[in-house]
Amino acid sequence: MWKGLTTNVLSHDAAIYENSFPVEGGTFDNAGHVSSQIKALLTRMKLSKKVVRRAALVTYEAEINICSYANRGRIHLRVTPEHVTVEAIDEGQGIADIELAMQAGYSTATERIREMGFGAGMGLCNIKNFSDFFRISSEIGKGTHLKMVIRIDKDFDGI
Amino acid sequence: MTLREVKDILDAEVLVGHDQLGKEVKTAFGADLMSDVLAFAKAGSLLLTGLTNPQVIRTSDVLDIAAIIMVRGKRPSPETIRLAEELHIPILVTQYILFETAGKLYTKGIVGCVERVDDERAFS
Repeated sequence: MWKGLTTNVLSHDAAIYENSFPVEGGTFDNAGHVSSQIKALLTRMKLSKKVVRRAALVTYEAEINICSYANRGRIHLRVTPEHVTVEAIDEGQGIADIELAMQAGYSTATERIREMGFGAGMGLCNIKNFSDFFRISSEIGKGTHLKMVIRIDKDFDGI
Repeated sequence: MTLREVKDILDAEVLVGHDQLGKEVKTAFGADLMSDVLAFAKAGSLLLTGLTNPQVIRTSDVLDIAAIIMVRGKRPSPETIRLAEELHIPILVTQYILFETAGKLYTKGIVGCVERVDDERAFS
């Protein structure tokens, strides 16, 4: 579900920073911890506020999804001079109907998730809307893989 | 308007961010649903909410929210306060309900960070 970019454009980019962060599934105890960490990291790299905010936002939505629905997962961050790429890979129940899950307002959230202020069926839509490129794949009983790319482009103000 | 003026208008108690009361704010967003906050709130805005869990702080951090106004006298847990201190996000508690809180700020010049979701849906 790419929003119009060929993958080889990305692979030509040499990584300036690359790291994986584990995310605990099935609990909100540390939910958002990885996103805060990544936001601080990107801020230290002196990326523009706009890029940092969008990257943090899509990371946070993806992290909340892992905390809400998966057994465990990890968030992989890759920064190049042109892109911030965030991948959220989880082991969990997977998504049966991706098209349905992408619809604004559709949610399978439990009461516990809703109590935290989530589960309005906006997560994947937000991720798609705030990313320049977004891809989702999922396998029932195995897990879900999200890939989000934020373009640095003219906002890039040096690392 | 400064956070100090916001505090006075709302007769609010400052739980976190006594050192940030000079911060300037012009816009606000109000919701109890963090999913909507993530979709619509803009950087530098006030967040008016009745939710008090740590996710409110995480959400505010991600969005560069200027300060959180907890309405209806809701008090956050020590865990929430600790996280706000760590991430330097001011928390003010007011006894006014969400509607009154928004109305009082609006009449003093604070406007919504988005007016309508159909004409200002710039994902930035």
